[in-house]
Amino acid sequence: MFTNAGTSSFTAFLSKAAPEMLPGRRALPPGMAADLAPHATTIVAIAAADGVVMAGDRRATMGNLIAQRDIEKVHPADAYSLVGIAGTAGVGIELMRLFQVELEHYEKIEGAMLSLDGKANRLASMIRGNLGAAMQGLAVVPLFAGFDLAASDPTRAGRIFSFDVTGGPYEETGYDAIGSGSLFAKSALKKRYRTGLSVDDAVRLAVEALYDAADDDTATGGPDLTRRIYPVVMTATAEGTHRLTDAETSTIAESVVAGRMENPGG
Amino acid sequence: MAMQFYASPEQIMRDRSELARKGIARGRSAVVLSYAGGVLFVAENLSSALHKVSEIYDRIGFAAVGRYNEFENLRRAGVRMADLNGLSYDRRDVTGLALANSYAQILGAIFTEQSKPFEVEICVAEVGATPDDDSLYRNTYDGSVTDEPGRMAMGGQAEAISGVLKANHRPDMSLGEAVKVAVQALGSVGGEGGAARTIAANQLEVAVLDRHRVGRTFRRITGAALTALLDGDAAGESAAEGDRAQTPTTPTEEGHKPTTSAGSADLEDKPGDKSDT
Repeated sequence: MFTNAGTSSFTAFLSKAAPEMLPGRRALPPGMAADLAPHATTIVAIAAADGVVMAGDRRATMGNLIAQRDIEKVHPADAYSLVGIAGTAGVGIELMRLFQVELEHYEKIEGAMLSLDGKANRLASMIRGNLGAAMQGLAVVPLFAGFDLAASDPTRAGRIFSFDVTGGPYEETGYDAIGSGSLFAKSALKKRYRTGLSVDDAVRLAVEALYDAADDDTATGGPDLTRRIYPVVMTATAEGTHRLTDAETSTIAESVVAGRMENPGG
Repeated sequence: MAMQFYASPEQIMRDRSELARKGIARGRSAVVLSYAGGVLFVAENLSSALHKVSEIYDRIGFAAVGRYNEFENLRRAGVRMADLNGLSYDRRDVTGLALANSYAQILGAIFTEQSKPFEVEICVAEVGATPDDDSLYRNTYDGSVTDEPGRMAMGGQAEAISGVLKANHRPDMSLGEAVKVAVQALGSVGGEGGAARTIAANQLEVAVLDRHRVGRTFRRITGAALTALLDGDAAGESAAEGDRAQTPTTPTEEGHKPTTSAGSADLEDKPGDKSDT
């Protein structure tokens, strides 16, 4: 089983060796399952001049309840790309772990990284595998962003891909958001986004957009100053992926909140 | 109809062992050793694209000698086993010992069941918190597995190389010293009339499992960093320490196309003409 010539894809290997470990292969009882499990909410991604920024709020909800206050929804997919998960949290985390292994596995087997488009297509086919569950309310929609090492124009190396439940990767220009608060986050970004932002400015903009999402969407959590829970912010640049420390995000979040004290609309 | 002659099981096993041993001894060698900062792999390899040394998991590396297609197959199997276990349990639950045991099972089954054994020898190395915690496992063609004391040589004239390695190796060496000891050991055989020879940087494949990194510790040392290490340049060590997110080198970036395969070409070498390498 392990020594078959096979493919370089870990999911293709799993489908033969351990199909029960693939999220899309489980038979679900009929009916809607949407309220069974916590839902993860808003993620924003912004392309900057020398990379890309992704940030996510920390809330997971179950109906009208807050299921978790400090869930982490933005993760590195590999050394140069980021993935954020919205939708059913359990399935999303499983899919994200599988995607991380998929990229690392390919890199180890082939001795070279997949192209950024290759990674996005791989993620798309994994989401497509979950379509059955998605139709019963257990949908997962990720946001994928990364630094494209093969980009001809270095100012366009930060790229963002969004997906729908049927797979279908769509490359986004400039910025994108997913999850329940995405409508408000995108409206905020539409007014504030400029091309050629520095990474630091894009980080600030991402935290502002999450604040706007939390302002109007109950399922999105704003910066929690009392518990010191702040958004997860990650960057992908030519130096690789980097997660901002809690100290850095707290400084940014506190200054965003201070700004809103003066002007609630931002 | 052709007569079927009886061959005793002992004879069959002896013949298979001989075939495998001869195949392995014809190839170029590889050495693996512990040093202060991690585990070092050095293999003689004319190709820059077809590797004898590679990454299996966070703290586990793989080195092999013999037939390329056979050990490449085992390497892929190792990556699959490690990734499957890491996904099912946790990344910390993937161990070198488990992998060495699986390789022993696979090689043992091939040795007894197939008409031709694999002509390979493998090292599974796991880097620990200190050189004493490193584990090096040697898997041979017949399925046996041995635990090596911080250093090992395989392929070619492995015994002679082991002797030189044993005399010079200390677990508290720096990376620069370790590379020099390894290259000196590899070069101690195969020269004109059995004399020592110098091996150029472009004929070496060098990689380390870096003890002090978190996550994936494997990285290759190539190009200028390797040349600097071989020349004993102190700057080489810091250059070789590298960046966190290193681009995996692709053959096209290396600039020179592979002309020979890593292992199979070795096997076609005649024992006499080692001097030109």
